[in-house]
Amino acid sequence: MPVQNYIKLFRENRRLLERGSSAVLNGRRDVALENLEKYGLPSNSMEEYLHSNVSEWFEPDWGINLGRIDIPTSSAAAFRCNVPNLNARSYFMLNDIFEAERSPDRTTLQEGIIAGSLREISLERPDIIERYYDTISDTNKAGAAAINTLFAQDGFVLYISDNVTVEKPIQLVSLLSSPVDLMVNRRVLIIVGTNVRVKLLLCDHAISPAAFLTTQVVELFAGQGSNIELYDLEETHAAGFRFNELYLKQDSYTDVAINLITLHNGKTRNSVYATLEGGGASLSLNGVAITDKSQHVDNFTFVDHRVPNCTSSELFNYVLDQQSVGVFAGKVLVRPGAQHTVSQQKNRNICLTRQSRVFTQPQLEIYADDVKCSHGATVGRLDENALFYMRQRGIPEQEARMLLLIAFVNEVIDLVELEPFRNRLKRLVEKRFRGELSQCEGCRICR
Amino acid sequence: MLKIDNLQAGIDGKLILTGINMEVKAGEIHAVMGPNGSGKSTMSNVLVGHPAYQVVSGSITFRGKNLLEMSAEERSHEGLFLSFQYPVEIPGVSMINFMRTAINEKRRYHGLPPISPADFLKLIKEKRDLVKLDAGLMNRSVNEGFSGGEKKRNEIFQMAMLEPALSILDETDSGLDIDALRIVADGVNRLKTSDTAIIVITHYQRLLEYIKPDFVHVLYGGRIIKSAGPELALELEKRGYDWVIKEYEDSL
Repeated sequence: MPVQNYIKLFRENRRLLERGSSAVLNGRRDVALENLEKYGLPSNSMEEYLHSNVSEWFEPDWGINLGRIDIPTSSAAAFRCNVPNLNARSYFMLNDIFEAERSPDRTTLQEGIIAGSLREISLERPDIIERYYDTISDTNKAGAAAINTLFAQDGFVLYISDNVTVEKPIQLVSLLSSPVDLMVNRRVLIIVGTNVRVKLLLCDHAISPAAFLTTQVVELFAGQGSNIELYDLEETHAAGFRFNELYLKQDSYTDVAINLITLHNGKTRNSVYATLEGGGASLSLNGVAITDKSQHVDNFTFVDHRVPNCTSSELFNYVLDQQSVGVFAGKVLVRPGAQHTVSQQKNRNICLTRQSRVFTQPQLEIYADDVKCSHGATVGRLDENALFYMRQRGIPEQEARMLLLIAFVNEVIDLVELEPFRNRLKRLVEKRFRGELSQCEGCRICR
Repeated sequence: MLKIDNLQAGIDGKLILTGINMEVKAGEIHAVMGPNGSGKSTMSNVLVGHPAYQVVSGSITFRGKNLLEMSAEERSHEGLFLSFQYPVEIPGVSMINFMRTAINEKRRYHGLPPISPADFLKLIKEKRDLVKLDAGLMNRSVNEGFSGGEKKRNEIFQMAMLEPALSILDETDSGLDIDALRIVADGVNRLKTSDTAIIVITHYQRLLEYIKPDFVHVLYGGRIIKSAGPELALELEKRGYDWVIKEYEDSL
């Protein structure tokens, strides 16, 4: 549908939509509407979307579950997250509805932590949610935020008070399952207090063959001195479109690591907008994409160094097979006065076929004179010398290629500090390269 | 064990080996010497089946089989080993994983089950000691961050692990100090049996003081222009290659 139809859909169903949400979320819709009317949806005529014509993804006549109908799904109920020894608190969302029944009981939570349905918690504690919701996401441009803020009815919220030691990793499993094609608008709000250490996993799985368009907006607030690891894993399928924006605000002496891992998808756009607002903040922002067939992965990052003495490092490695497309655009802005900024950015790509394509665009804008910044991008093939060396030792060519590809991807996976998850990822990557992952159950379309 | 018959080969359409004849029997050590650009490295690359090199004519028989019909990995499984002049760094592939894969692929080729983890570790330890290779290197990526000496010792370590019938040592002495050279040569000598053979490719006589050849060949212009006993290496060291080349050209 063209954007006007989305706006019309919203206008005609506003009451129904708002009944299924909360006052806080409803309170932001007017501005979102105004901005969506003004800017529309991003298209490839815009600099930041040159290689991803996102507005096309919105073209089908997607259904939206505004009435919050229970979608019958037997496969979702049977889904088990398969990370051995992860020992996490796992929360579940089915499409864009939070699943309270499958998620841990709120009363069993550690003191100082609030976690659960964004809709519910914003009804109970509007004072907290009001302070954060839609405050760092930016609807004032063509992007995911405007349409997501307009339509989002629920999502996940995690609030951790100052100085709380979080005992277990916290995981949000988002399942896509529907008998018909569906548009999903999911919202995630994470507020991390002063001196908190936390590990977060956001896992997206598509478990029915229907087509999905997901918009997701994540707002992540890193309180002073906090240490946050956030892993975002996508394992969907060829008929999935994912338009994801992550907004991050880092206070002083925060240490944040973000890993975006796309193992299986259709078309994906991840945008990360990171603002380093407090001195001594450090950001490690990394990503992996393994694609084949007509898959498309576009990672866009914007790191805004606003104050002195912050560091940021980025590493994105892509492996592209068949006629798939990879896009990376990374912008680092060092504002006037942000002295002693240390920033590095690397995007490395391996194209396995002549048909696969990569568009890479590292960008540095520096307005301070005492900084250390570097960026680089490479597009290439596997190292022929290494291949021959391995074959001379008796490792067959196919196996040698596999080992080199796995090694290339592991350069990023090794940055994952959460060990059970890292090990799981390594196994998934290996399975992916051996072609076993695309034959998973419920994923008929991928074959 | 190895019989090279009138081998002509090259790279990028350029003929480099213009007719090599050579025979190596089990238990023998052959040295191939020659000035820069004479075709020494081409010869070793062609023997192990580097895909960039093309064989134009001639034949190579290895233990009764036609070597030229085999892929690089098959040649390895059949018992051919090349110690690289410049060992390649493979970031992200650990030595342990690399070695285990290599050993098990060879075993599979010969119809054997994978090696047990305990036997594998024992084997690693035993062969590591042979060339005094630090245990810590085993968990590192192949050759990555290894010193020049460590890389060359790692080559001999891999040779020990794979137990080849014929080993080609391509300029193994280059970049080695005298202590490392001794360790490498000592390792090679201890691996030598009456069933195995070695071809030492070298510029200088230095390595041949430690690995004593039975035969010395001079490669020039893509062919072997002189073959003799170990005394030839000493003479080359003293007099250079010019006299051999002159002798050869006069004979034409």
